[in-house]
Amino acid sequence: MAAKKPSKKSNVSKDELLKFYREMLLIRRFEEKAGQLYGMGLIGGFCHLYIGQEAVVVGLEATTKEGDNRLTSYRDHGHMLACGMDPKGVMAELTGREGGYSKGKGGSMHMFSKEAHFYGGHGIVGAQVPIGAGLAFADKYKGNDNVTFTYFGDGASNQGQVYETFNMASLWKLPVIFVIENNHYAMGTSLERGSSTPELYTRGQAFGIPGESVDGMDVLAVKAAGEKAVAHCRAGNGPYILEMVTYRYRGHSMSDPAKYRSREEVQKMRAEHDAIDHVRQILLQGKYASEDDLKAIDKEIKAVVNDSADFARESPEPDPSELWTDIYADAQPSDKTEK
Amino acid sequence: MAIEILMPALSPTMEEGTLAKWLVKEGDVIEAGMVIAEIETDKATMEFEAVDEGIMGKILIPEGTEGVKVNMPIAVLLDEGEDADTIPEPAAAPVAAPAPAPEAIPAQAAAPVEITTPQDPEIPEGTEMKPTTVREALRDAMAEEMRRDETVYLMGEEVAQYQGAYKVSQGLLDEFGEKRVIDTPITEHGFTGIAVGASFGGLKPIVEYMTFNFAMQAMDQIVNSAAKTLYMSGGQMGAHIVFRGANGAASRVGAQHSQDYAAWYAQIPGLKVVMPYSAADAKGLLKTAIRDPNPVIFLENEILYGQTFDVPVLDDYTIPFGVAKIWREGTDVTIVSFGIGMKYALEAADRLAQDGISAEVIDLRTLRPMDTATVIKSVMKTNRCVTVEEGWPVGSIGNHISAVLMQEAFDYLDAPVINCTGKDVPMPYAANLEKLALVTTDEVVQAVHQVTYR
Repeated sequence: MAAKKPSKKSNVSKDELLKFYREMLLIRRFEEKAGQLYGMGLIGGFCHLYIGQEAVVVGLEATTKEGDNRLTSYRDHGHMLACGMDPKGVMAELTGREGGYSKGKGGSMHMFSKEAHFYGGHGIVGAQVPIGAGLAFADKYKGNDNVTFTYFGDGASNQGQVYETFNMASLWKLPVIFVIENNHYAMGTSLERGSSTPELYTRGQAFGIPGESVDGMDVLAVKAAGEKAVAHCRAGNGPYILEMVTYRYRGHSMSDPAKYRSREEVQKMRAEHDAIDHVRQILLQGKYASEDDLKAIDKEIKAVVNDSADFARESPEPDPSELWTDIYADAQPSDKTEK
Repeated sequence: MAIEILMPALSPTMEEGTLAKWLVKEGDVIEAGMVIAEIETDKATMEFEAVDEGIMGKILIPEGTEGVKVNMPIAVLLDEGEDADTIPEPAAAPVAAPAPAPEAIPAQAAAPVEITTPQDPEIPEGTEMKPTTVREALRDAMAEEMRRDETVYLMGEEVAQYQGAYKVSQGLLDEFGEKRVIDTPITEHGFTGIAVGASFGGLKPIVEYMTFNFAMQAMDQIVNSAAKTLYMSGGQMGAHIVFRGANGAASRVGAQHSQDYAAWYAQIPGLKVVMPYSAADAKGLLKTAIRDPNPVIFLENEILYGQTFDVPVLDDYTIPFGVAKIWREGTDVTIVSFGIGMKYALEAADRLAQDGISAEVIDLRTLRPMDTATVIKSVMKTNRCVTVEEGWPVGSIGNHISAVLMQEAFDYLDAPVINCTGKDVPMPYAANLEKLALVTTDEVVQAVHQVTYR
């Protein structure tokens, strides 16, 4: 996992390298800002930051095409930014405001965008896995060649419904890519303490699902593996498993003191394997960009994030009438005597 | 010594069947384990094996006979040397018994109370009616909706090749093919999640649970994913999906297979909950459920599957949700029920009529939305109310109705509302205990006497 040289596997253009840099940086700065707003009491409840794992979703998004679906767990802010959702709408949802993607009714863990084919934002560990296979089922039923990226963590990979889904996805050859984001800790339980077999990419073997382990801190390696998986799925060969070996720098949620690992372990990952530094080095060493160019990008991203935070603060709380909307698609009250 | 061969019970709820075919003839040597006949139940055709060996002495019930009661002698097996002529004729020949049709029960001539059934507003006067089982009505509803909309599909355990564990999906695989009628592995949690995902992707799944007892495995996907996503997404996406299957007690299947989930699901905003009694309602409400853009829990009943009711012959018979049906008009008490509870409610009303008590019987049909307005209106007339359901008493549908009546019609009540429910125990297996655990017609009659003080 050297952070010094570009990956050999992928032929990436300067423009694409800059795009990766920009997108990963946006996620990191956005999450840092979310952390601040949480500290100020503007964001409530649970808030799970994606800092450290940016290369996974940015690399895989580079392999998608129009109509492909994605969904993930509650650690979902990065996925939304990477698939092109508006940072303002995401941040305003975190603050529970009218301008949020779910009108403030979902919060950090429950956000969706039909337009971006982003199907959540799921608060129950592992629940998004069969749902992702179901989206793939719908695409197969409709006869298109779209694929669904179903993200889940190392913790979720021990859930029973994941294996029920592996069985049916393989049986029915569903075009779904199971992306296991292995950040080594299921909340406070390390992979070794919670999984009988730590090689998560082999978890599909019993169902005939091919899998591979990928350096999830290397955006180029992620993209290369993603392309292979996507080709497999689009060709009608059924599901594919990508284990993205990654790391989260922050606690499980904002309220996690992270006593289960050492400060040195986190510092070592940050110093030696940081995904953004990796691309930064490639850009500078390959003379694709100067320090000044990158500074300009940093500044630009900071402005986007600040705008999103301003919007999220200024957007009003939802109207009290919103309490009673969106319960039923046809707005039928639950009981004729109520309301 | 001659041995009588009896009509066997081939399922927990079987009371009678058709002797479809004899595979042996009189005089044949029978060995234990030999298949001697084919017997057709309302769910399947089963092979019937001999338990004893001997010579087929006399076939008492010819093949093709319908309505042969369980435990009726169908043949006599002889020991070697015994003479068929010495066998006495059975006491009574079997007669095909018509399935009970509750709405057809005539008023007792001696009864001082007239029974009146109002015209169903969904059925135009003069519509032809066709006797149909609840099972067929459900199948017809699915078939009609699948013809109408390509995105409707059925998935569940044994729904395709086996034709449905309770034969509700009979013939659907043949008509619609394996793309739209899908057998799943026995993984309720997983296939429910897949169906919810498919609904987010624009399809309209019908998920069959062999029984709702098994849907507990899938509760998280039903409640957290299907029911809440529309709200959590600010109205962007929800689940257009039907979850259906047998609910409540069947017969002698014990605690884990005999639970009524009506009150559980009715508690959840985002779900709609339907529990039909008659075949006509089963059809009209299932068609509505399949078209409804929300997640709908459709609670059926194994005992009702084989019962026959008149179903209107209409091209497109749908029944709106949230409209209760008044089965009988009355003046002295309002009996509110739904699903199989209606059987007890209607039986009780008949008996009460003989005692000179006029009961109005309301079938809620849908529990969410619930037509409490019709109940309130009726109680304003009768001033008394008894609720009937098979589920447990705590947090029951009856409790909810009692609370609504207390809040909305307090001044009209002349007696406390009584909730007749299943007993507050896990379902026992023993036949006598099971009877005691279920709600009974006697209890409903008694409750009505109590609230009417006579």
